[in-house]
Amino acid sequence: MNIDKKIADDLVANDVSFVTTVPCKQLAGVIEEVEARKEIFHIPANKEDEGMGLCAGAHMGGKRPMIIMQNTAIGVTINTLATLTQYYRMPLPMLISYRGELREPVACQVEMAVHTKALLAQMNIPTYHFHWQKDVEEFDNILKYTFMCNKPVAILTDANFWGGYGDQ
Amino acid sequence: MIRSEILREIAPILNPHLVVCNIGLPSQELHMIDDNERNFYMLGTMGLSSSIGLGLALAQDKTVISIDGDGSVLTNLGTLPTIANNVADNFILLIIDNGSYGSTGDQPTYAGKKTKLEAVAAACGCENVVTCQDVDTGKALQAAIDSKKMTVIVSKCDSGNIKLPVITMDPVVIKHRFMQAVAS
Repeated sequence: MNIDKKIADDLVANDVSFVTTVPCKQLAGVIEEVEARKEIFHIPANKEDEGMGLCAGAHMGGKRPMIIMQNTAIGVTINTLATLTQYYRMPLPMLISYRGELREPVACQVEMAVHTKALLAQMNIPTYHFHWQKDVEEFDNILKYTFMCNKPVAILTDANFWGGYGDQ
Repeated sequence: MIRSEILREIAPILNPHLVVCNIGLPSQELHMIDDNERNFYMLGTMGLSSSIGLGLALAQDKTVISIDGDGSVLTNLGTLPTIANNVADNFILLIIDNGSYGSTGDQPTYAGKKTKLEAVAAACGCENVVTCQDVDTGKALQAAIDSKKMTVIVSKCDSGNIKLPVITMDPVVIKHRFMQAVAS
């Protein structure tokens, strides 16, 4: 299964047509796939809170948005999630590379990894963790859930899910 | 002129258009001067007025005016390259540059010192950057709307605030009526 294509297929099938990204090596393939889809407007952001602002505007303009980013961004975006996305009840699927988990080669990444789920839980953000490639089968339902409840929803995707990082 | 005087003067020009208004006093002032469903008031999240406005402009065809401040743009300086590289000709970023953080007690910003936001915007690749004095803001704004070209306006004005109440409208109500105006 090509998980990059599966994710992009699900985005198109769910009418997610505005995607902002801040890159991560693990996410390179899915970002490339999003860029290639004519149904999706891809707008790279310089910082994740900026990206969430873009998504808020796109949502109010009638588009379904998504942000793709690293888990380090949770440390950057708490205020935006609380005072924009959650306060105004905006849907926002967040496809997040979960750096610092199993098969991570960079020690510093673990420092934010240990806080990631706790911060998301503190924010009452529904959180899913993709560890095996078959977990991607749930992505379609997670998108439907997000736009049903008008909340930010986190999909953490670790190195094992993406097929390893740095060692292959 | 101070910001509230500029807003009072340009309110009739803003009125028919979608407006995303910066957190704090700018939103409170616009709310007091001309509250309507085409105004989106930011109640939190300093710095994102330009990003929300750009996302909105890219998602639909109506003209969108983001009202921002020099301090807020400095908070989210990465917005200018994103704006420059994703041209939406229905988008106007109006930076009211009073050289200070007005909502927090008029502490000076770097834009009031050496940093020129108009030069930053141009260096980021924004193609239509207009600098004007406070009294000419209405004229510059109307020209930008008429040009149908994405424009960044930097309006230089005095620092200073008026006393007025906070916005008590529920954020979901602000969003709901704004989205209805967008879709109408």
